[in-house]
Amino acid sequence: MTEAVNAAPYGRDRRPFLRRLASASEPYLYSAPALILIVTVMLVPLVIGISYAFRDITLLDPFSGGFIGLDHFRALAKDKTFWQALKNTVYWTGYSVALQFCLGLILALLLDKPFRGRGLAQALCFLPWAVPSFLSGLNWAMLFNPIVGPIPHWLFGLGLMDAPDNLLSSPDHAMWGPIIANVWWGIPFFAITLLAALQSIPRDLYEAAAIDGATPFQRFRSITLPFLAPTIAITVMLRTVWIANFADLIVVMTNGGPADRTQIVASYIFTTAFRRLDFGYASAIAMVLLALLLVYSMLIVLLRQTLLRER
Amino acid sequence: MASIDIKDVRKAYGSVKILHGVDLTIQDGEFVVLVGPSGCGKSTLLRMIAGLEDISAGEIKIGGKRVNELDPKDRDIAMVFQSYALYPHMTVAGNMSYSLRLRKTAKEKIASAISGAAEKLSLTPLMERRPKALSGGQRQRVAMGRAIVRSPKAFLFDEPLSNLDARLREHMRGEIKKLHQDLGATSIYVTHDQIEAMTLADRIVAMNAGIVQQVGSPLDLYDRPANLFVAGFMGSPAMNMFEGTYRATDGAPRVELGQGVTVALAGPASTADGARVTLGIRPEHVVVGKNEPESIPAQIDLVEPTGFGTILHANAFGSDVKAFSLERGLAARGDTVSVSFPVERIHLFDTTTGSRIG
Amino acid sequence: MRSNKRIVATIAHRAAILCYVAFALFPLFWVLKISVTPNDLLYSEGVRLWPSRAVFDHFDFVIRHSDFPLFFRNSMIVSLSTAVIVTILSSLGGYAMSRFSFRGKFWIVGLMLLTQMFPLVMLIAPIFKILSPLGLTNSLSGLVLVYVAFNVPFATFLMQSFFDGIPKDLEEAAMIDGATRFMAFRQIILPLTLPGMAATLGFVFTAAWSELLFALMLISGVDASTFPVGLLSFVSKFSVDFGQMMAAGVLALIPACLFFFFIQRYLVQGLTAGAVKG
Repeated sequence: MTEAVNAAPYGRDRRPFLRRLASASEPYLYSAPALILIVTVMLVPLVIGISYAFRDITLLDPFSGGFIGLDHFRALAKDKTFWQALKNTVYWTGYSVALQFCLGLILALLLDKPFRGRGLAQALCFLPWAVPSFLSGLNWAMLFNPIVGPIPHWLFGLGLMDAPDNLLSSPDHAMWGPIIANVWWGIPFFAITLLAALQSIPRDLYEAAAIDGATPFQRFRSITLPFLAPTIAITVMLRTVWIANFADLIVVMTNGGPADRTQIVASYIFTTAFRRLDFGYASAIAMVLLALLLVYSMLIVLLRQTLLRER
Repeated sequence: MASIDIKDVRKAYGSVKILHGVDLTIQDGEFVVLVGPSGCGKSTLLRMIAGLEDISAGEIKIGGKRVNELDPKDRDIAMVFQSYALYPHMTVAGNMSYSLRLRKTAKEKIASAISGAAEKLSLTPLMERRPKALSGGQRQRVAMGRAIVRSPKAFLFDEPLSNLDARLREHMRGEIKKLHQDLGATSIYVTHDQIEAMTLADRIVAMNAGIVQQVGSPLDLYDRPANLFVAGFMGSPAMNMFEGTYRATDGAPRVELGQGVTVALAGPASTADGARVTLGIRPEHVVVGKNEPESIPAQIDLVEPTGFGTILHANAFGSDVKAFSLERGLAARGDTVSVSFPVERIHLFDTTTGSRIG
Repeated sequence: MRSNKRIVATIAHRAAILCYVAFALFPLFWVLKISVTPNDLLYSEGVRLWPSRAVFDHFDFVIRHSDFPLFFRNSMIVSLSTAVIVTILSSLGGYAMSRFSFRGKFWIVGLMLLTQMFPLVMLIAPIFKILSPLGLTNSLSGLVLVYVAFNVPFATFLMQSFFDGIPKDLEEAAMIDGATRFMAFRQIILPLTLPGMAATLGFVFTAAWSELLFALMLISGVDASTFPVGLLSFVSKFSVDFGQMMAAGVLALIPACLFFFFIQRYLVQGLTAGAVKG
C-alpha cells in the first residue's frame, strides 16, 4: 500500500507539456511531409476516382456527372472485352513475372561469384532498368518490325516463322512481343534484389555444407533457397501487382491489338479513359482490378505467414 | 563528478516488466559493477541512467538533481558501448572531439583535451586514422578516449570488453582499473563476466530477473552470498550445492544429505528442524584427503588440470562434488578418496526461498 | 580431371554472363544503329548490324531544328527536382520508420503499400481536377508535385532498409555526446547513408525521367513538355521517322544510363545491409 503511494509521484513525467508534446510527436514530424503529399496527391484523388465509378463521367459531355449507382459494374459483368482483358492480364503477368524471376535469379547467381570485370558486367546487365519504359516499348516494336528490325528475319532463318512477318500483328502470338520487352526490362529488378539477398548469406554456411559433402545443387536447395525465400515472396508479390498495372509497353507496342488480343485490364482502363474519355467506366474497371490485386496480396501474405510458422 | 541515486526505478514494455523496483545509491567516485546473466535488466538500468530508455516509474538523480525528464545530452554522462559505436566517417581525433565540438568548446581547449586523453591511452600516433583502420583493442581505447575527454559527471560502461579476445580483455581490464584510479570518476559498469565484476568493482550489484539480489563489496558477495543465485553466479568453478534436510536436535545442528551422510554445522541456522535446505561449499574449500576421520567416501570421476591447479570431480552420496586444489597429482580417475567440508566454509540456504540462513 | 571440370565450369559461367550482357545491350545497340543510319539506307539495310554509311544527320536535326533541347531541359528540371525532394522526404520518413515505433505506424505502412497497388491511370482525372484551379496544370512544378508523391512511398521503404543497416548505437553515442536526436541524424547518420541516398536519388531520377502518362495528361503546351512526350510526337505523325526518333532516344538515354551506371552498386550494397536484418 505505502509502496504504491510512494511510487506515483516519482514516476510522473514532470516535463512541461510542450516538451512532452514535442518528443511524442517527433516520429510524426519526420514522416509528415511525405505523408501529407501521399494523402493529398494520391489518397484524396483515389477516393474521388472511386466515386467516379458510381457516376456517369464522360469528358466533353456537359450532361454527364450524375450518380448512377452500380450501372458501370453491371455493364462490366457483360463486357466481353473486359473478360478477355482479364484473361490476357493473367497470361501477361504470369509469363512476365515467371520469366523475369527465373532469368533474374540465374543472373544474380552468376554475379554472386567473384570474377574479373564483375562490376562492369553487373552495371551493363542492369542497364535496361534505366531505359524509360515506353522507350523500351518503341525499341522492341522496332526490333520486331520486319522493315527496320532483325528479329523477324532471324526467326524466319531459324525456321520458326513461315515468313519474316511482324510478331506483333499475329493474333496468336502478339502477346509475346510485350512480354519479351517486359522481361528484358524487368530482369534487373529481380537480379538486384536477389543479388543483395544472396550477398547477405553467411559464407561459412556454404563451407560447412561443402565439408558435410553437399553437392552444389544440394547447397543451393538447402541453403540458398531457404535464405532467399522471404525476399522472393515479397519481390514476387510487389512485382506481380506492379506488372498487372503496367500498361506502358502494351499501349506503345500494340495498343491492345490485334483485335484486343493483347488488351490487358490496365491498358483497357487507359483506352477507356483517354480514347473514349469515359472516366466513370474506367474507374469502375480500375476498382475491380484493385480489389483483385488486394485479394491476391492478402493471399500471398497469408501463405508466407503459414510457411514461416511451419518452419 | 557526482553521486547517483536510484530510487524504486521500474521499467515495463507494455505488460512485460523488466525491472521491479531498483534502489541503489552510488557514491561520488565509486566504481560500481552491475552483474547478472543476460536479460536480467542490468543493461536496461544502465540505459535508463543514460537517458536512452524512458523510466516507467521511480526516480534517478545525478549529482542530487532529478534527471528523469532530461535528454541524454543534458545529463552530462559519458558511455562506452559494447560495439564501441565509433563514428565511421570521423577520424580518431574527430571521434574524440565530437562532444566538445557540440559544446562549442574553444579550439585550443579541444586540442589539449584530446591530446591529453590520447597520451593517457597511447593513441597519439593513431589520431588521424579512421575506425576502420584500427584493431579491436585500439577501437576500444578510442571509445574510452571519447568518454574521458570531457570529464563528465559519470562514466557508463555497457559490456565494453566482451568483443575482445581473452588476452586483450585482461589487459584492458587493467587499463580501466588504472584509469579509474587516476581519474576517480563515478563509474557504472555492466557485465555478465563475474571475474570482471570481482576485479574492477568497489561494489558489485548482482541482478537477476529484474531484481537486485545483493549489493556489496566483491569479497562480501564471494564470502557471504545472500542467496542461491549470487552463490551460484559468483565464482568459477561454481559453488557445490547439495540439497538436504536440516536437523537441530541434540544441540548439534547438522544437515542430512542422503545415503546416511550428515554434515555438521558451526552453529544453528535460522530455520526449523526438518526444513529443506541447500548446503553450499566452494570447490576450493573442499578438502580431499585419504584418511580423515569425519570425511565422506568418494570416487574420482574426472580430473581437469588447469595448469594453475586441478579440478577434481568426485562422486559422493549420489552427487557430483567438485574440488579445486593447487596441488597436482592428488588423485587419478577411479581412485577412492574421502572429502570433507570444513564447518566454517559452509553456506546454508533455504531451498524454497533461496535466502541465506546460515 | 578436377581442374578440367573447373575450367569447363568457368567457361560456362563467362559464356552465360556474356549472353546476358548481349541480351541487355543488343536493343540499345539497335537504337544507336538506327540513329546513325541515313534515311535512304534505313529500309534497304534494315537487317544489317551496322549501316554501310553512318551519319549524324538525325542528331543534327534533333538538336538544331526541333523542340527537343527544350524538352530535354524541362525533363532535366523535373527529374532533378523530383529526385532531390523525394530523397530528402524519404530520408526523413525512412528514418522515422526505422528508428521509432509509434502509434499509426502500421497504418502508414499499409497506406504506402496500398499506393503501390492500384493503376495510376485512375488518378489522372481527379488529380487534374485538384491541380487545375491551383494553376498547377501545364506547369513543371505541378508535375514535380505529382512525381514526388508517386515516388515517395517506395523511396521511403528503400531508405528505411538503408537506415536499418546502421547500428542504433551510433546515434545513441552521439546523443550522449551532447547532440539532439536531429543533430545525431544530420551529423552522424546521414553521412553514413550517403550511398543509400545516392541510390535513391538515381532510382527516382530514372523513374521521373521515364514517366509518360502524367506528363502527357497534365501538360498541353510545348513549353512545359518533357522529353517522353516529345519523343511520342515522332510516332503520332503520319509516318514514324525512325531515324530522328532514335537519335532523340539516344540523347534521352544518356543521362538516365549514366546516373544508373554509377548508382547501381550502391543499390545492391544498401539492400544487402537491409537484408541482413530481415
